[in-house]
Amino acid sequence: MSSNKKYWKSVEELNENNSFMIEALKHKEFVEEIPVDEFLGDKDTLESSSTTRRDFLKYVGFSTAAATLAACEGPVIKSIPYVVQPEQIIPGVANYYATTIANGYDFASILVKTREGRPIKIENNSLATSNNGANARIHASVLDLYDSNRITGPKKKGEDSSWTELNNDIVQKLSELKDSSKTIVLLTQTFASPSTSKLISEFATKYNNVRHVVYDAISESLAVEAFENKYGERGLANYDFSQASIIVSVGADFLGDWQGGGFDAGYAKGRVPKHGKMSRHIQFESNMSLSGAKADKRVPLTPTQQKVVLAKLYSKIVGSAVSGILPAHIEQAVDKTASELIKAGSNGVVVTGIQDVNAQAVVLGINEKLSSKAFDPSTIIKTRLGNDKAVTKLVADMKSGTIGAIIMSGVNPMYTLPNASDFAQGLKNVDLSVAFSMKEDETSSLTDYIAATPHYLESWGDTELTKGQFGLIQPAIRPLFDTKQFQDALLLWNGSNATYHDYIKRNWEENILNGSSWNQALHDGIFGGNGSNSESIEDTVEDLERTTLNINAAARNLASETSNGFELTLYPKTGMGDGQQANNPWLQEFPDPLTRATWDNYLTMSEADAKELGLFLEESTFFTEARHDADGGLNGKYANITVNGVTIKVPVMVQPGQAKGSVGLSFGYGRTLGLKTEMQTGVNAYPLYTNFNTVQNITIEATSGKHKFACIQLHNTLMGRGDIIHETTLEIFNSEDHRKWNPMPQVSKDHKMIDVTSPGANLWNEFDSSIGHHFNLSIDLNACTGCGACVIACHAENNVPVVGKEEMRKSRDMHWLRIDRYYSSEDTFINDDEKKDDSKGLGNTLIAFAELENPSANPQVAFQPIMCQHCNHAPCETVCPVAATSHGRQGQNHMAYNRCVGTRYCANNCPYKVRRFNWFLYNGNDEFDFHMNDDLGRMVINPDVVVRSRGVMEKCSLCIQMTQKTILDAKRDGREVRPNEFLTACSAACNSGAMMFGDINNKKDDIVALKDDDRAYHLLESVGTKPNVVYQTIVRNTKEA
Amino acid sequence: MASHYEAPIRRPLIIGEKSYHDISVDIARPVEGRANKQWWIVFSIALTAFLWGIGCIIYTISTGIGTWGLNKTIGWAWDITNFVWWIGIGHAGTLISAVLLIFRQKWRMGINRSAEAMTIFSVLQAGLFPIIHMGRPWLAYWVMPIPNQFGSLWVNFNSPLIWDVFAISTYLSVSIVFWWTGLLPDFAMIRDRAVKPFQKKIYSLLSFGWSGRAKDWQRFEEVSLVLAGLATPLVLSVHTIVSYDFATSIVPGWHTTIFPPYFVAGAVFSGFAMVNTLLIIMRKVCNLEDYITVQHIELMNIVIMITGSIVGVAYMTELFIAWYSGVEYEQYAFLNRATGPYAWAYWIMMTCNVFSPQFMWFKKLRTSIMFSFFISIVVNVGMWFERFVIIVTSIHRDYLPSSWTMFSPTFVDTGIFIGTIGFFFVLFLLYARTFPVIAQSEVKTILKSSGERYKKIREAGQSLVGTGSDVRTSNSARDNSKNLKK
Repeated sequence: MSSNKKYWKSVEELNENNSFMIEALKHKEFVEEIPVDEFLGDKDTLESSSTTRRDFLKYVGFSTAAATLAACEGPVIKSIPYVVQPEQIIPGVANYYATTIANGYDFASILVKTREGRPIKIENNSLATSNNGANARIHASVLDLYDSNRITGPKKKGEDSSWTELNNDIVQKLSELKDSSKTIVLLTQTFASPSTSKLISEFATKYNNVRHVVYDAISESLAVEAFENKYGERGLANYDFSQASIIVSVGADFLGDWQGGGFDAGYAKGRVPKHGKMSRHIQFESNMSLSGAKADKRVPLTPTQQKVVLAKLYSKIVGSAVSGILPAHIEQAVDKTASELIKAGSNGVVVTGIQDVNAQAVVLGINEKLSSKAFDPSTIIKTRLGNDKAVTKLVADMKSGTIGAIIMSGVNPMYTLPNASDFAQGLKNVDLSVAFSMKEDETSSLTDYIAATPHYLESWGDTELTKGQFGLIQPAIRPLFDTKQFQDALLLWNGSNATYHDYIKRNWEENILNGSSWNQALHDGIFGGNGSNSESIEDTVEDLERTTLNINAAARNLASETSNGFELTLYPKTGMGDGQQANNPWLQEFPDPLTRATWDNYLTMSEADAKELGLFLEESTFFTEARHDADGGLNGKYANITVNGVTIKVPVMVQPGQAKGSVGLSFGYGRTLGLKTEMQTGVNAYPLYTNFNTVQNITIEATSGKHKFACIQLHNTLMGRGDIIHETTLEIFNSEDHRKWNPMPQVSKDHKMIDVTSPGANLWNEFDSSIGHHFNLSIDLNACTGCGACVIACHAENNVPVVGKEEMRKSRDMHWLRIDRYYSSEDTFINDDEKKDDSKGLGNTLIAFAELENPSANPQVAFQPIMCQHCNHAPCETVCPVAATSHGRQGQNHMAYNRCVGTRYCANNCPYKVRRFNWFLYNGNDEFDFHMNDDLGRMVINPDVVVRSRGVMEKCSLCIQMTQKTILDAKRDGREVRPNEFLTACSAACNSGAMMFGDINNKKDDIVALKDDDRAYHLLESVGTKPNVVYQTIVRNTKEA
Repeated sequence: MASHYEAPIRRPLIIGEKSYHDISVDIARPVEGRANKQWWIVFSIALTAFLWGIGCIIYTISTGIGTWGLNKTIGWAWDITNFVWWIGIGHAGTLISAVLLIFRQKWRMGINRSAEAMTIFSVLQAGLFPIIHMGRPWLAYWVMPIPNQFGSLWVNFNSPLIWDVFAISTYLSVSIVFWWTGLLPDFAMIRDRAVKPFQKKIYSLLSFGWSGRAKDWQRFEEVSLVLAGLATPLVLSVHTIVSYDFATSIVPGWHTTIFPPYFVAGAVFSGFAMVNTLLIIMRKVCNLEDYITVQHIELMNIVIMITGSIVGVAYMTELFIAWYSGVEYEQYAFLNRATGPYAWAYWIMMTCNVFSPQFMWFKKLRTSIMFSFFISIVVNVGMWFERFVIIVTSIHRDYLPSSWTMFSPTFVDTGIFIGTIGFFFVLFLLYARTFPVIAQSEVKTILKSSGERYKKIREAGQSLVGTGSDVRTSNSARDNSKNLKK
């Protein structure tokens, strides 16, 4: 059917008068003349035009492709923009808040770095006046905030509850108990907090019958008692080891956690030779400790012998005869030490870690007698105030049913008490049990109520770490979960409506600040004032008998100590402390500075004892797999150890330097509840901690099975390679030319010996590094105590992945920064070198090398932090096929992760073995269920540093994100970079000042002098890599004064 | 063309009463016949191993290099050991075909085809490892200097790995071209004999339309010579460059200037051993004993003995130089090799590579087929261990004792190695069924000079006229034989 319809194009068409125009339009598509000639007619213009036909086609092609690409769906990244921009948060700019960590074991003034509102890193607070810098555990504590095992709200009998319900229940119960004869007990950690003390005393006033028991998992109670006896105040004497010229320690690991720790900075200051002088350090100890490792003279002896040594020292210095028998060589060492101490007079100091009132009293006596400058009984340390007797009494009372309510905060007695089963029984007899806890842990899972408590980075608080040195705790993030801190709850139960923040502020304004600014104190995080006099209820409610000590008698008692059989010394491990951070993967994977084992604790034992008891594994051969597996993994035998009827099965680690007849076992492991299965490593040593005594008599029996350790360093000795760690003695250091004790390797050129660093020995074209910044990092091996704070700081800053025990055992740690630990094979490293050099002939050389593989029974120890050396002539750079690793203008050896194809040639060719390969995908991979695998844990990731994918190489960048930030800050402010303004995560974390970072082109930086110091040397100088990391020779003060 | 005269003192290279046609028939037989049971058994084993290897490779690529036994200190172990081992094996082919061609060594003609095939197949195995050992093998093309969208990003020409890329790809391509050129007349022969149209089609494609005209032959000869000239430096360059992977590094035990000649000698050593292994089996299975004679095996054994001794001298030199250098790390590296935790590997290497070839001084042993086969296996075991010793024992204990570790392979490491052996044999077995395994056109050129039959005729003082013709192919010969019968 044909259509007769006529379609019209415009209204004009219908108007017949306009037919002309319509006709015109019909034949003309465009109303206006198109100036075709204008742009096509002029041939010259056309030819001069830059757009050729080919270009035109390219543009067409490109726009088509671009349009096509734009149509593809891009990755969807969920991000929620701020509706209202918070006042202080600028995306990409970090905010720092001063706060204080006071978790009952670690106490320090710190800065918290937050990015976009997330705390991501802990830094040292340079304003801090009390001696505690942030240690490895404190650096790792930021990760505890994002622990996926935290409970998200209060619980009642294991069921989720609400704060209203919990508060109502508890207030009701407390009010009932108020009028009954039963006691209400607050069992808490040491808070060292004036406001909390005040709050608790108010609580006690309100509810009458209240007892406050302070409980430290690893107690210094007897030291506190001894101090209180002498000085009338609960606390511990402070020490400033930088003031001492001779330091004698009898069983005190004062570079570790002894009496709260934090003495390493002062110690390191005195250990760097200045004007020909440095302190001398003599250590009498059983376990090999960090302090023993740094000592100039280390005498291994059993804990009982330690007591006798202390008594004899006392008798020689103070002059009171004691009996006691010691082996001849120890006797001799004591004589010499005593005479050195007497000679040093007020420059000497003696410390002890023996958990014995007498021993602690004797030390106070000696130091007072010496009038030691390093000994400071006035700036009392208040971070260990636990009272063992009160705890023991509490457990007994709980069992007998006289306790009506127990409210716990910051403690985990079910895990840390030696008599945990008694405590569990006691809990059943208590009408009300409440645990303030972040986890459903061993204790809180047994209580009626779990009051979900915030992490310290979500809390308010105040501290007085040492007398008169106040600190404030402020939150760096809003609470992630429905939590309430202990003090807020107490306020509520006291019937107050105030928040704890208001309470602290009022308390400070009334009692502490003396008119100073609260805001300033909060900004600084610390405030130096007079010692607090806030009332503490512990003493008033505790009515425990106190003996008056006679120090002479104490010394005599000490000297008469005898022991038979093995003595066990329990100790806290550098990485794990008392075990409250056991669910922290950084700390689990943190290698112990001495054994370098991760994810474990073990019985440390001397080789001689291990052989005697059948606990020694021979070196593996091709036919027998014994000490090491074929892949190198370290094995250990198991032993059953029994203390007071408690038997546990522990793996045995042969520890050079362990005194014969003594063994060591660390606290902090063997947790069972409130943590991931991967983290349930090691054995719990607390059941052996009878009477809160770290020294126990023990029986050891070999048992079957082979334990697989995850040890990060499989070879323990230096093999006589003095080239790697230069060291000398103070005498030689003072008398000889530095080329003698810090020799520069030489090479023969044209039959003349020249330094390997001289231009004639150089094959390469030099980079011009005189313009702009050129970074160097100096590491003073004398000052480094091996504490490992830098290692964790590096993890946090650089998103270093955690790989787990299995992978660690396969030597696949991802640590960008490691602290190598070497034992000498002979008595000293210098003897090792001589042994190697003096062995002549093939047979003797082979024998010498075989012997050098085994550490001495009491070795010298050297720590050497190693990260990428940022070689100016980097072997890795030449071999990368795709130039993924290249040199930067500022001296760094860069690593472009996105360019890396993963041939691993660079790692093979790195003489320092600092390159780490991503064997697997470590983030977002269920196989590696650590913090990078859950949304909460990932909040700790530093947005300035790329999270590496599988198959790429990674390594230390000298924290280029930090140095660039420093440069940009200076640029923004229109100034030059200030001297020593450049920092890396490790140098910023180093409390002992061993790591110094800076720009060698800025003559005002300290690094300039350090680089050219007489002690300075480069690692493996002879290889010709010209590193930008410089080490300072170890100087040992071996001469007996 | 070779002259028809050869000194009687020379032993015949083709034994038996062979005519030209016999050669065609003998060599075409495996291609034209059906595979027997043994072939299928061996092929199934090889295929299984190959598939297992593929599985392991897929697992590696999908999960990560962590499935191997490597660690922070030992970044290369079985991967690069296998790579160098296969590359080394791939050396014999070119040496036999190119260098021996230039030196006019006629005995190469019996073995060059299979030796070249072995070369190509083993270079394929070798080429696999540099790719799969990468953490991100999907980016392997980044090692090629190809223009890219990454700005001015280019490969690092300082890196020996880049040199490897060029060396191996050049070697592989030249080897394939050389091999194929030689194959053209032989494919044509099979094409001409083929009865089934499909086979005919395939072989005529493979033979590139070879017509057998004089011009074809002339070009063939020219190209062969040119390619031989090109390939000869490659014999030296490939393994020299592979040795640079180690020699240019700073790892004690790797950083050794002796490596290039030492690696080349080792490669020829292992390559000849592998040729021996393969041909001793093949001559038996394919009834080629007349072409691959005991004399061939003996000559190969002599090369093995000489190169084995060169390798031995290199081992000694390394030890001496380590001592003489006075560098403590270097000294320790070699002491550790010989006496350390991997001493067993070192002594396996020494026994297999230095001691075992010395048996070849005895004529009785070097002409014993069983013994030659045994030694050929031993040598390749030894050469695998040589690379393992160089790679693993050098880096497992280098400069800083703190980083010293050990290495233990996982099932994936071994699986991939077994897989490449499987892949190699899959290729070789397919080759043996489809390709003329002996360069028959070349062998025919020496039939009259070095064939046993003709030597006898010559010795008997008879004329060679008409002896080349065969009753099965030529009418005149048929007539002649009829006449003779009458």
